[in-house]
Amino acid sequence: MKNGDSAILNHPARLTGAEILWATLEGEGVREVFGYPGGAILPAYDALRKFPIRHILVRHEQSAVHMADAYARASGRVGVAVGTSGPGATNMVTGLATAKMDSSPIVVITGQVSSKVLGTDAFQEVDITGITLPVTKHNYLVTRAEDLAPALREAFCIAASGRPGPVLVDVTKDAQQAVAEFDFAAAAPRPARPHPMLNASPERIAQAVELLRASRRPVILAGNGILKSGAMSQVRALAERAQIPVACTLLGLGSFPASHELNLGMMGMHGEFFVNQSIQQADLLIACGMRFDDRVTGSLATYAPQAKKIHIDIDPSEIDKNVHADIALIGDLAAVLDALLPRLPSRDGSAWLKAIRAMKGAESVRDIRNMPDNGHLYAAHVMHDLWHATSGQALISTDVGQHQMWEAQYYKHETPRSLITSGGLGTMGFALPAAIGAKIACPEKEVWAIAGDGGFQMTSPELATIAQEHLDINIAIINNGYLGMVRQWQEAFYDKNYQSTPILSPDFVKLAEAYGIRAAAVRTRGEVSGAVEEARTHQGPFLINFLVEQEDSVYPMVPSGAALHEMIRRPQANPLVETASDT
Amino acid sequence: MQHTFVAYVEDKPGVLTRVASLFRRLNINIVSLTVGRSERQGASRMTIVSDALPAAGPRIMASLYKLENVIEVDDVGRFSSVSRELALIKVAATPSTRSHLFELVEVFRARVVDLATESMMIEITGTESKIEGLLQVLNESEDRVLEICRTGQMVMRRGHHTSRVLQALGDTESVVGSKAGPFPASESGPQEELSASADGEPENIPADPDFPDKNYR
Ligand SMILES: Cc1cc2nc3c(=O)[nH]c(=O)nc-3n(C[C@H](O)[C@H](O)[C@H](O)COP(=O)(O)OP(=O)(O)OC[C@H]3O[C@@H](n4cnc5c(N)ncnc54)[C@H](O)[C@@H]3O)c2cc1C
Ligand SMILES: Cc1ncc(C[n+]2csc(CCOP(=O)(O)OP(=O)(O)O)c2C)c(N)n1
Ligand SMILES: [Mg+2]
Repeated sequence: MKNGDSAILNHPARLTGAEILWATLEGEGVREVFGYPGGAILPAYDALRKFPIRHILVRHEQSAVHMADAYARASGRVGVAVGTSGPGATNMVTGLATAKMDSSPIVVITGQVSSKVLGTDAFQEVDITGITLPVTKHNYLVTRAEDLAPALREAFCIAASGRPGPVLVDVTKDAQQAVAEFDFAAAAPRPARPHPMLNASPERIAQAVELLRASRRPVILAGNGILKSGAMSQVRALAERAQIPVACTLLGLGSFPASHELNLGMMGMHGEFFVNQSIQQADLLIACGMRFDDRVTGSLATYAPQAKKIHIDIDPSEIDKNVHADIALIGDLAAVLDALLPRLPSRDGSAWLKAIRAMKGAESVRDIRNMPDNGHLYAAHVMHDLWHATSGQALISTDVGQHQMWEAQYYKHETPRSLITSGGLGTMGFALPAAIGAKIACPEKEVWAIAGDGGFQMTSPELATIAQEHLDINIAIINNGYLGMVRQWQEAFYDKNYQSTPILSPDFVKLAEAYGIRAAAVRTRGEVSGAVEEARTHQGPFLINFLVEQEDSVYPMVPSGAALHEMIRRPQANPLVETASDT
Repeated sequence: MQHTFVAYVEDKPGVLTRVASLFRRLNINIVSLTVGRSERQGASRMTIVSDALPAAGPRIMASLYKLENVIEVDDVGRFSSVSRELALIKVAATPSTRSHLFELVEVFRARVVDLATESMMIEITGTESKIEGLLQVLNESEDRVLEICRTGQMVMRRGHHTSRVLQALGDTESVVGSKAGPFPASESGPQEELSASADGEPENIPADPDFPDKNYR
């Protein structure tokens, strides 16, 4: 059975449930899993040595799920996490909710008490299928060894198909111990039928083309669905052939090259003013795999009032949810665009592009990147210099908060799947485990975790995982001494009442060294590039503690519930922030 | 406004929870929900009446389809259909007060199914408004209603509309964009076996041997 001997997959055999579990994963192409053992999953762990699957031992089950999630986002394959019953399973709930919100395909396997004692409050029993019902795409309770392979195979299929998402498979201990016939091929799920609400008929596509033809000020809204669908080239063809500018959601960054002349950058709450202004002035929005999140639209009543909307999404429940679609094309984005592109009219977009460039001009003057080095270290500088040093080619995971927004603003992502961040749930503690999952998925890539001093401390024990697995990951802590994003809201909306947001941290350099990880602290802009270079050339993990300006804020900003064009702009006369005369 | 859906769901443990939980998540009140076996083996039929904004119909339907155990959904409220509910009503009644109740039962085409010294039980079947009508009369007269038990509505479309036919009708335009998972969509799905006659009325509905077909993706 060892080392990929596929005999087990090609010839039906009698195996224990534990063996069936791994054999099925092997058959599904799984080579790595992230997990943490315990009593109810012990039979499975006992059988693992017989299979060519690498197990990454984490320090907390939440991290295991984030790793599987990031593994999926980095590679496009299904990520797998394993945990035990009870507390192991409940620890995974945040990870599942994070993956669900951002449509990440993962399969999470939990051990469960024996079927004979289900429902008796047995030791470490918890109703995890009940608990995770709203945060999974689907879940299973498997109580018999013979049901395991079909359930797992269906779980993989469900996780990856349609709108992807997390699936949990809860396996009782007796199902792992019992013996059953294993026939991988026979356990294949039934072929899928097309969703009955798909509607991208030739007539509808013709209507969409007609809207495009009539449009003078169109904008493409590029979302995470482009990455899920693998529709990068189709979206690019749409933009280039019809000369349409492209604005990205946070999760759409990288789906369209940042340096492309048609790329405007990020839209929404912390998008640049001119990007949001373009959307507000547009007469047509073409939403490609994005769901008009409230961080994207601001107040719905005033959102893009003059624009007709074409909404292309695979999930019919997203249509008309937040923003009314004049034309909804329900289906896989790549397939829908493949049908649309041949009918695309050629347009002259130059007047609109020129108008957008004029709006942009004023903005970039006040951009913090243009500020001279005045001795202060700004997070924006760190992002910009890191982007510069890595030529925009690194795979970056971010945590949640101000640093996440600065990364999105100043690190220009050129390639798909190069930014991994928790957008929908906004889960602090995501960055470090996500970097691990991404590095396991793409060992050849340069991986950076960028985290705030607050979020980093939520999952910092995973430094031990990095050390134990010998992973070459670079870590940038943007240390501002605050739960910065919350402090910013307190500054703007709660009279600077900094209740419970100043946060004490350990000496992160010493902390890293305690795990055997090299580290350095950076206090001035002048030191940034040297430290980044050292991290990049050092063989093995490296942590940089960037001690940045403490009370800096992310601009521009749409206050929640305000209209998109009513942004709080970068202040002109704030000594901590750039002024026009600095340029 | 009221939205009425008929859903075919897999007859498995936990499916009712999933459907109920969906409405809870959408913050939509379920007015009534009836479940029972259907003409399809392995599939239960639910009639779900819910109270939501007029425009909510398509989103509720789409959300139901997101549940893996849901096989088919029909927004029946939008079509001509027959709706029935059954109620058992126990009313306080002594031999001296019975007779006008018998009259009422006659007028409403209900039935007396139990008679005791102090009470009687009425069974009534009909539309929701017919049942409401009887209850209103009972409440307005001096009678004391002791217990009410209602099934909730069951709804079926009029005419030759099995759900299989509906699917065939809906599938006449050719659409693109199915995204199956690692497993390719079957080349001859059940839809292709159907033939529609010139007037659009499908004929020749084949029995689907391996129903239910759950995975819409
Ligand atoms: C602190 C903070 C600040 C934020 N600020 C901003 C901000 O300023 N701007 C911003 O944009 N975001 C911001 N976000 C992120 C925001 O909350 C959302 O997560 C994000 O906007 C969602 O992007 P999306 O719609 O592209 O992706 P998702 O939420 O992942 O939606 C993807 C859509 O694509 C569809 N889809 C999936 N597969 C396919 C397919 N094959 N074919 C077609 N469609 C498909 C899905 O059905 C879904 O509708 C912020 C988050 C945090 C935590
Ligand atoms: C698990 C979790 N708890 C709380 C929050 C609310 N929250 C959002 S941003 C933020 C502050 C993050 O602080 P830090 O990690 O230091 O990053 P900074 O904003 O300073 O860059 C908090 C507490 C959250 N998103 N996630
Ligand atoms: Mg901070």
